[in-house]
Amino acid sequence: MNLALAQAKRWYWQRISAMVLVVCVLVHLCGLVYAVRGGLTATAILARTHGNWGFALFYAVFVIACAVHVPVGLANIAREWWGLGERAGLWLGRAFALLLLGMGLRSVYAVVA
Amino acid sequence: MRTNDKLEVRVWRGKEAGSFSAYQVPRQNSQTVLDVVTHIQRHLEPSLSYRFACRVGMCGSCAMTVNGKARWTCRTHVAKVLNEGNGLEIAPLANLPVIKDLVTDMREFFDKWTRARGAFKGTATRHDDFAQVQPSAPERRAVDAGIECIGCAVCYSSCDVVAWRPDFLGPAALNRAWTLVNDVRAIEQPERLRAVAGDTGCHVCHTQGSCTERCPKQIAPTLAIAGLKRTVARAAVRGLL
Repeated sequence: MNLALAQAKRWYWQRISAMVLVVCVLVHLCGLVYAVRGGLTATAILARTHGNWGFALFYAVFVIACAVHVPVGLANIAREWWGLGERAGLWLGRAFALLLLGMGLRSVYAVVA
Repeated sequence: MRTNDKLEVRVWRGKEAGSFSAYQVPRQNSQTVLDVVTHIQRHLEPSLSYRFACRVGMCGSCAMTVNGKARWTCRTHVAKVLNEGNGLEIAPLANLPVIKDLVTDMREFFDKWTRARGAFKGTATRHDDFAQVQPSAPERRAVDAGIECIGCAVCYSSCDVVAWRPDFLGPAALNRAWTLVNDVRAIEQPERLRAVAGDTGCHVCHTQGSCTERCPKQIAPTLAIAGLKRTVARAAVRGLL
């Protein structure tokens, strides 16, 4: 794969994941407001998420979209503000993606399983 | 018409390492920044180096940084940009090496134009008929929006990304590439798209828009770069990149 193609793909995956994130963030905010306004306790919330595979699917998609979206921008910032080279920036992004994926999916599993 | 006021003008002297020198210039009722620089060189400091040519806002040679912003000095009325205390600060264009005082080395700016494949290449010869291009066609309208660029480097000088990434081709080169991407007679388009994609090209533009804001010819490189992003993405998906 040539460099231009790789970079074009990174660009449009960042855009596509951004579109997914817009929806996820809105739904997440509505859920948050509902839970807080409704006076739900932590125990009550967990009772609703346990075994709720719809909830798990939604938040898994959210986590994956983050893991796709964040590293591209992070690599750019690392290169522009911290002077990292191209490869170093890419590897920083990938490492962060793994971190987000790991921590995020673990959290989803923890509240659903 | 002269007034009794004096302008307090600071002008960059030297190269990248240098300093501002202060001059007092008589204020006139209708006066451009180029008039001020010319007055300084003729009457106060003969060794001041600066560029100009047409002095009527067509050629772009007189572009300099005036009170922090890149502008054409022949088209900048002093009254519009004066600081407090009748102050003017005149420096060479940013993001370019300084040859002396207000004169910058424009070679990298034009080299990037070449690297962006900003030159036309077609297949027609003198024996072929003229190409028929409808003025109302969307591609031709896209070309029209960007074709008037005269390479003055005001946009390049205003771009933060050019400052942060020395390899970035810059708004002018990418704008020119966009006019050629939309030129239906042009060939080697996949090569052109490859040249303008990626971290030296359109993908690293953050859409801050300083180029579009400052362009003296009201061209919008931001839109041209957005067009390149869309076209490159489409080509990537279709396996044409």
